[in-house]
Formats: sequence, structure tokens, C-alpha cells
Amino acid sequence: MTSESKPYSGDNADGAPLPAGGPNPPHSHSGPNPPHSPEPETTAASAAPAGESLARDAWRRLSQNRAAMASLALLIAIVVVCVIGPWLLPWGLAEVDWNAFGTGPTLDNAHFLGTDANGRDLLTRVLYGGRISLSVALVASLVSLVIGVLYGAISGYLGGRVDNLMMRFVDIMYSLPFMFLVILLMVVFGRNIFLIYAAIGAVEWLDMARIVRGQTLALKRREFIEAAHALGVRDTKIVTRHLIPNAIGPVIIYVTLTVPKVILLESFLSFLGLGVQEPLTSWGVLISEGVDMMESAPWMLLVPSFFLAATLFCLNFLGDGLRDALDPRTR
Amino acid sequence: MLIYTLKRLLQAVPTLLIVITISFFLMRVAPGGPFDGERQLPPEIEANLMAAYHLDEPLPMQYLRYMGNLLQGDFGPSFKYKDFSVTELIMQGFPVSLEIGGLAILLALIIGLPLGIAAAIKRNSTVDYLVMGTALTGIAVPNFVLAPIFALVFGVLLGWLPAGGWNGGALPNLVLPVVALSIQQIAYIARMMRASMIEVLGSHFIRTARAKGLNEGEVIFRHAIRPALLPVMSYLGPAIAGIITGSVVIEQIFGIPGIGRYFVQGALNRDYTLVMGTVVFYGVLIVLMNLIVDLLYSALDPQIRYDD
Amino acid sequence: MTIRQFIAGVGCALIALTPPLAAAAIEDGKQVLRRANGAEPSTLDPQLATGSWESSILIDLFEGLVARDAAGNIVPGVAASWERSDDGLHYTFHLREDAKWSDGEPVTAGDFVYAWRRILSPALAAPYAYMLFPIQGAEAVNRGDQPVDTLGVTASDPHTLEVTLERPTGYFIDMLGHPSTFPVPERAIDTYGSDWTKPGNLISNGAFTLSEWVSHDHIAATRNPEFHDAENVALDEVRFLPIDDARAALNRFRAGEVDMADSVPQGRIEWARENLSEALHEAPILATFYFAFNQRDGSVLNDRRIREALNLALRRQVITRQITRLDQPSAFSLVPTAISDYDGPRFAFVDDTMDERLARARALLEAAGYGPQNPLHLTLDTITNPDTKRIPVALAAMWKPLGVEVTLQNSDAAVYYAKLRQGDFQIGMAPWIADYDDASNFLDLFHTGVPNNHSGYSNSEYDSLMDEAANTLDASGRSATMARAERVLLDDYALLPLYFYIKLALVSPTLEGWEANPMDDHPSRWMHFTEH
Repeated sequence: MTSESKPYSGDNADGAPLPAGGPNPPHSHSGPNPPHSPEPETTAASAAPAGESLARDAWRRLSQNRAAMASLALLIAIVVVCVIGPWLLPWGLAEVDWNAFGTGPTLDNAHFLGTDANGRDLLTRVLYGGRISLSVALVASLVSLVIGVLYGAISGYLGGRVDNLMMRFVDIMYSLPFMFLVILLMVVFGRNIFLIYAAIGAVEWLDMARIVRGQTLALKRREFIEAAHALGVRDTKIVTRHLIPNAIGPVIIYVTLTVPKVILLESFLSFLGLGVQEPLTSWGVLISEGVDMMESAPWMLLVPSFFLAATLFCLNFLGDGLRDALDPRTR
Repeated sequence: MLIYTLKRLLQAVPTLLIVITISFFLMRVAPGGPFDGERQLPPEIEANLMAAYHLDEPLPMQYLRYMGNLLQGDFGPSFKYKDFSVTELIMQGFPVSLEIGGLAILLALIIGLPLGIAAAIKRNSTVDYLVMGTALTGIAVPNFVLAPIFALVFGVLLGWLPAGGWNGGALPNLVLPVVALSIQQIAYIARMMRASMIEVLGSHFIRTARAKGLNEGEVIFRHAIRPALLPVMSYLGPAIAGIITGSVVIEQIFGIPGIGRYFVQGALNRDYTLVMGTVVFYGVLIVLMNLIVDLLYSALDPQIRYDD
Repeated sequence: MTIRQFIAGVGCALIALTPPLAAAAIEDGKQVLRRANGAEPSTLDPQLATGSWESSILIDLFEGLVARDAAGNIVPGVAASWERSDDGLHYTFHLREDAKWSDGEPVTAGDFVYAWRRILSPALAAPYAYMLFPIQGAEAVNRGDQPVDTLGVTASDPHTLEVTLERPTGYFIDMLGHPSTFPVPERAIDTYGSDWTKPGNLISNGAFTLSEWVSHDHIAATRNPEFHDAENVALDEVRFLPIDDARAALNRFRAGEVDMADSVPQGRIEWARENLSEALHEAPILATFYFAFNQRDGSVLNDRRIREALNLALRRQVITRQITRLDQPSAFSLVPTAISDYDGPRFAFVDDTMDERLARARALLEAAGYGPQNPLHLTLDTITNPDTKRIPVALAAMWKPLGVEVTLQNSDAAVYYAKLRQGDFQIGMAPWIADYDDASNFLDLFHTGVPNNHSGYSNSEYDSLMDEAANTLDASGRSATMARAERVLLDDYALLPLYFYIKLALVSPTLEGWEANPMDDHPSRWMHFTEH
């Protein structure tokens, strides 16, 4: 564990969710902060323009990456189709066509990609499944993002004993088998899919916290943070206005990796039979149903697999592109 | 270095204790118990069972009893697999998981590293796109799809290899599960190696080396690869622990008697002792893996020394 | 150490771990049967085992007082013959003189006394102890109220076993085919304790004896030369492979790695009929797939009209033809039609057309205050199982036009069965597979207050009819009384039966002596390969 020296002490006066740390050595400028009128302007002056030009620069470089741009376009297309598609199709999610059980793709009966073994339109279910897969991934990623970023930034910023304790907790979480935690969560929250994925997000934040902590440790020595401190800006503001925005690059990259990870996790849990409840479905559920039918009804495997693979492909390419675009060292 | 190792191991003890405690109580929070099965038991039989496994005692008492036994190295009998102790189950399954998982990681390194290096050198070329595209396929196709396809194609339709079974670890039985398990790892390792290689190739000391007039091959093989391996190294520790314990899909589809399934089935069956055994085992494995990785790290990177 | 050295080191270590190519499963001239056997056995202790995948091994390793032939009929086992007293309460078993354990010791009446006292002892905590409750004093012994020697089982000489029953139990002999009644070797249990079932320690008296057990890998049993009928056992070895994934079992059957599989994956049945017609067997077994209606106080399903309507609106044949595709016999009663010596009733509506049924269902729901404008909301609970997940989906779709909105809820086994036990459900999946071939094995499920009465059903008329049947000695009179009880149950629409099971099995065409049978017991001792 690091023994990072702790240049700034925090006063945790405004009730930010910081764990009560050990004895913080009193520092010359700690204590009740004076009302700081010049602070917002300073913030804007020191960080915002730099951030904006960084973003513009990154976007410029991303847009030159053809693979990433194509991925972005396809990803948007998939999302749009999944959101709008089901309204345009004649079948409902749970609607059974009593005349078509497990039929193949055809144009005759408006089941363009065939039906599943329960006589429900496969295309409709794939699109609804996409909604679920994408939204659970988003929910879990956002939860892990929020927890991970706050935790990492606070830990890195406060440093010292607090940092040590907080990272120790991360170590403990790492030593718990992830599958065990996830299965227990599935069992406990079994009724609500979004609750489950919020909970999964709540155990997925460990890497994020480590990354952000590392960034914070590096950033907090930089001049503009020291300047903010000298101007008497409160710790919470320094963390939320300066540290987190400046750590955003690696965070974005990590999120593009977390989303596919959660999508895969969801499909794995579906394979174990712990997926969403019927009549809802997800790509993972559809794929694991399709695997059973691989030889006799290959389209039941191919269609959802195609959507899943395309999405994961795009997310990964986009993530690589973002990394290249955001990382100054790879220029 | 020895002192550092001992210190790290000592530090792990409280971590493991907390992990065990958390798991013990988490497991008991889950609804349903080990005896909730298809046949509901008459109350007198259930009472007998609860008494036989000390489940009729208050939870803190059970916790103390468990910790006491654990200190004597006794994980207790499995609730589900009654004829085996948890230790026997893990000791029977672990060599199998280690062999499958170790070979898969080895294969992934042998294939993934060169691919990643090649892609990094020929960045944004056809080679790069081809390698990364293939690698991504490995990530994008879940292994519960890949493994049955392998079993069907190579085991059943072509008949080249056994469709399943362990057969004492015979070579033909190893091929399909190892390959199926390694595909995702190849993809991860190739991508990681590519990214870190690109970073190293852009760094000052490589530029300096080039400026000194070293030829490109020398730059890459003598100077760039070694530091570029560091992030891959730190990935390997958790990855090996993960692959050894998390291969439940492969085990199920190929009928491999490893320990991956215990992590899933133990939790699903509320096999309290088996779950706790796997948790302890996993915790120890993670600690050891991370320690080994850190020691290797110091071997690879001369700037890091663990002398204290 | 360089990375190259590291990789080389790991490589060597791993190669060293790999044993040389193992020999093929079939040795020259030896008949080795490889059975894909459902799941890893929880135990090989006959008195602790509960699952069918354990029974299939135990009936090869051990032999009870009676055994089953290839067709599932009861044949003499360790007992060569037996007599029943006129009041049906006393049985005398005459044990064969040549019955031996695999260590050469004779199997005696004392072995049975020991085994039966053992399963009932509270300390063993055997889940299936209740199987022996018909024996006099068994329940009190199991509760710990009475010492084990009060049990109504005595060995009057080494080859004569006397059993006294609590009440005349028509199915008593059939029940003795169940592994929980098998004898166990006292000396091995005394010596090895809970390790007595390990290879090398386990002494058995069946046609085969345990030679290898690698957890989750395989169990091997070799022919027991001490078995009294050993000369008629053709197989030299039986290997049980715990393959819990039906797809894997099918793959390995097709690849010729197993000779028998006890399942076919859902959705592959038509393919198997086309491509594996010689190997595929579809046969009824004694099991009913039904859903339990929670009829405890406060449940909306306490209303008989709703239960009847839900039963009426069910197109059972659509489910068996389109969803399961196994053409199981539609169930309009609790007791399977294949059960022996029982002619039970069926729902009153069976002869009505579907239109008549639907009209009546609508009327009933309307009378109960529900309809499409005022839908009845129900939750249907199932256990997580890919093979049955399609059925609830179809039920929900069938009930929807009546104004019944169903929320589907599947949970893992432990959660699901805990919910059933606590009565925390509305409609719950409750398949029942018979332990012995007798109608009472099903009908007892609805007796007030018994453990597996998931519905919380309670009807005093039903209870008294069942009690009367339990004390009736005359077989046909008993059967008629049970049929009257089932009539009461069906008129109450106390359950939602769907179908009676069809069991699928894949058996290599070269294997002879395997026969489909309603108990789904297939002792390996009757089997052999015709060419090998």
C-alpha cells in the first residue's frame, strides 16, 4: 500500500460523504474557510478552457479514426433500432402466434426472423432484448462510475490513513469471488432486474476507483490544484470541480470497457438461468436459448448473437479509439 | 525480498479474516437454506438435519464454531456432496482447474503477445485491424456459445477430439476446453499488449534509442517489449485466479471436474461449507497471485526493488 | 528471471502435470457400459441418498429385500420369498442363503435391522427416513421419542426377517425396491465412519461393487463376483458419468463416448426422432407435472370458481404438442394413468369442447368479480430450469384473454422451495415423481398438514377417505376409496395438472436388456452389448 505523503488536509465541514479519517495534521490554511467570492471565476479560468480544447482536440482525433467512427455510427444505429423498432413491428413482446412455433425466417407471416419456441416473434424479442441488455449495462456502468469515481477521487485526494483504509477495503472486495457476490445479489434482488444491475454496478466499481485514485494522486500535485487550494477553495469543490473533470479521460475509456463487460456478464448469468424474468428478455437469454437450438434452428442463435457481437465490437473499437484520442502520450 | 514476502503474507491475514466474516454472514442473508429441496421434509427430519449440522444454534455461535474449525484447517463436510469434505472436493478439483486454466493462460500468452506486438508496430494498418478485429471476435462471442460449437463441430460432427470428459487429463480431452477457455484471454492480452506497446513506443527512451541509430528490430526486442509487458503482468495475477475459479461454463459443457462450478453451485445450493471453502481458497489464491505478480514485476522492472 | 525463463518454467510444470494419454474406456474383450447419469451424486449412502441419479447407481451397487427386473417389476432380491399375515400387518421375509457382501460375508436379516434402525436414527438425519414410517414405531424412533430397538423389525434367525407395520400398507413390498431400505455393511460404517462410501471402503451386496469415484468426473463399478446371480451379469464394468448438461450428454452420446443418456435437451426432440430413432426411447413414467394453487387463508385462490376457471382455460394439448413437443398425456387428474391397480376419476369437464370450457371459465371469473375490464392479477412461480421455462409463458398467454394477468417469477431452487414451504406464492410449479408405484404416493400430497402439501389444501372429507384407505387391507376396496378421495380433490379443483411425464432416454442400439418402464429404474445387471 502506498505511503503517499499528504500535502493537504481536508476539512470535511460541508457534510460531503467522506469517511471520517484519522487525525489530519493541522495545516496552515485549514480551518473555517472564508467566503470565497473569486472562486467560481478562478475555476473557470484555470480548468474550463483547457478542458474544452482538450475535448475538441480529442474529438478531432477520434473523428479521424475510421474504425471508431464506423463503430459509433453502428452503435447509434443499433440503439435507435432497439428503441424505435418494436413500435414498428406488428407483434408484441409476449404475443403468441398460435400458428407458428419455432418457425424459420420468412416473409409470409410477418415473422421476418421467425418465431421462438413459444411462438413469439423473434425480431421483436431481439429488439426488446436489446433494450434490456443495453439498459442494464448502462445502469450498472453508471452506478459503478459514480461510486468508483467518487471513492477513488476522495481516497486519492485525502491520502494518508484515509486513503490507506479505503484502499484496504477495495483489496478486501477484490478478494471476494465475484461470482459468489453476483449470485447472492441475484438471489436477494431476484425480483427486479434493474435493482440487480444497480447492485452489480455496486460491486463493479473497484477498478474504476483504483484508476481514479491513481489519477487523483498524480493530479493533486499539479499547479492549478495548488492554486485553488491557496485561494481557499473547499476540498469538496476541488474534488468535484477540478480533480474529477481532469481525470475524465481514463474514466471514459474505462466506461467503454465496463459496458461490454456488463453485457457479457448479463449473458453469462442468463446462461446460468439467472437472467431476466419472462416475458422480458435480453440478448443473453435469447442466445442461451439459441444455443440449445443451434443445429435445428440456427437463426435463433445467429440473430441475437449478431446483435450482441456487433455491439461489443463497436464498444471495444470505440473504447480503443477514445484511448488513442484522449491519451496525450500516444500522439 | 524474503522479508517483503513474509510481510505481504502477514498483511493478508486480516484481509482474509474480514473476507471470511463478510461471506459467512452474506451467505446466511440469502433466502432459502441447504435443505430446501424438491421433497419437503417432515418437521422431525428437518429438526434432525438442523441439529446434525448445528444450524439450530444462534448465528454468532455458528460463526465461532466455523472459525474455530477453520483454524484447525477443517472446512467441514459439504452439505450437498455429503461423502466428501470441502477440503477433499477442492483438492480433487483444483489440479484440474489449474491445468486447464494454466494451459489456457499459457496459450493466450503465446498467441496474444506476438499479435499485440505486431498490431502495435503496424498501428492503424491492415495488420492492426485484422488482429484487433479477430481479437475482438474472441471478446464478442460469449464462451457459452463458443464451447458448444466446438464440442459439436470437433467432437460430434468431425469426430477429431472427444466431445467432453476429463479422462484423467488425457491430451485429446484437454484441447477443446483449453482452446475455448483461452480465446477470450488471447483477445484481452493482445489488446492490452498492443496498447502498452504503443505507449512504450511513443516514450522518450525509445525515441532516444532510435535517435542513437539502433535499428528498429533492436529497439523493439531489446528495449520496448520488456517495459510493455508490465501491464500485462499485473493483469495476469487476477486473470489466473479468475480463470481457474471462473470456468464454470467450460466445466459444464465439457464435463471437466474442476472447482469453477463450486463457486456457482455452492452459492445456488446454499452449500454453506462449500461456499466458505471456495471463498477462503479464492482469497488465498488472489493473495498469492498478486504477490507472485509483484515479485515478477520487480524482476522485470529494475526500478522496483523490494528490499525492505 | 526473464519472462522467457518464466514461461519456460510454467510450461514445464504444466507438461509435467499432464499424465500420458489415458487408455480408451473400453478394454479388449470387456463389456464396459458408460452411462450419462444426470448429476454428481450427493452421496452413495443408500440411507442418505435422495436423487434419481443416486438411485440409478445404488440399485447397481446394493440389493434390497426385493429388486426390479428390466421391465421395472418387483422380483425377489435378498429375500427369496415372503409371507404376509391376514391382517396385513406382519411380514416374514426368508432371505436367500447365498446372498453375500462383496467381502464374502453373508447378508443376514441383522443387516436389514441395522440399516432400518440406522435410517430412522435422529443422529443420521436421513431425508428419506419418512419412507419407513409405515413400520411400527418408526416415526417415534425418528423423532427421538423412542429407542431404536422399539422399531417393529426383528431378525428371528440370520435368514428370517420379521416386520410389523403400523397399518396395512398396500405398497409395502413395492416400497422395498427403494434404496432407502437397502442393507448397509455395519462393519465398514463402524470402521470408516462417514468415509465408508469411498472406493476401497465400500462393501456392497449388489451386482456391482464400487471401484473408482472421482468427484464430478466418474464413478466406476465392477462386477461383484460374490453376487448370488453373478454368472448372469454380463457387464464387466459400469461407468456413471455425472453429466448435468443435457446438451453435453447428447453430444457425448452422438460422439460414442457414452452408451446411455437419461435425457434429451428441450427443443431437440424432433431432431432426435429423425436422426436417432433407433436409440431414442419415449415412455411414460409415474410422474405428474402440476401447479399448486395456494389455498391458505387470504389467498385469492381460495375461491374454487377461479381455480376451476384456470383449469378450464388451459389448452393442455397445445402445451404438449407445441411447447414440450413430447405429446405427453394431458393430465385431468393428479394420479398418473400408468399407476398400477388404480382407476381414478378425471375433471368433470373433460368431455366438453374447448369453446364450452372457455365460456364456462369466463362465466366463473365474472361471478368471482373478474374479467378483461377488471383483470385478476396472479403471480406464477417457477424454479429456474430451461426445460420448463416455456410452459409458464404459454399458460400466461392462454389465460390472458379471460382477463387474467400473470406475472412470471422464476427463482433458483433454494429460494423457490423455501417460498413453497412458507406458502409465499400464488401458483407454483410442483412436479411430483413417484417413489413407489401406488396412487397413495400422489394422493397423500393433499392430506392436511403433510410436508409436501404445498397448496395448504385441507378438506376433512378428503382426509378421512385417505385415512380409511390407509387402513383398508383389501386391495380393490382400498383403490376404490382412494378414487373417491381423488374425486373430492378434483371437484375442488385443488390443483392445476398439466400432463403426465414422458421420459426420454438414449440407449445405444447395441445395448440389450434395457427396457423402458414406469419406475424408470434400469439396473445394469440385466444389460449386455450384442457386439463390441
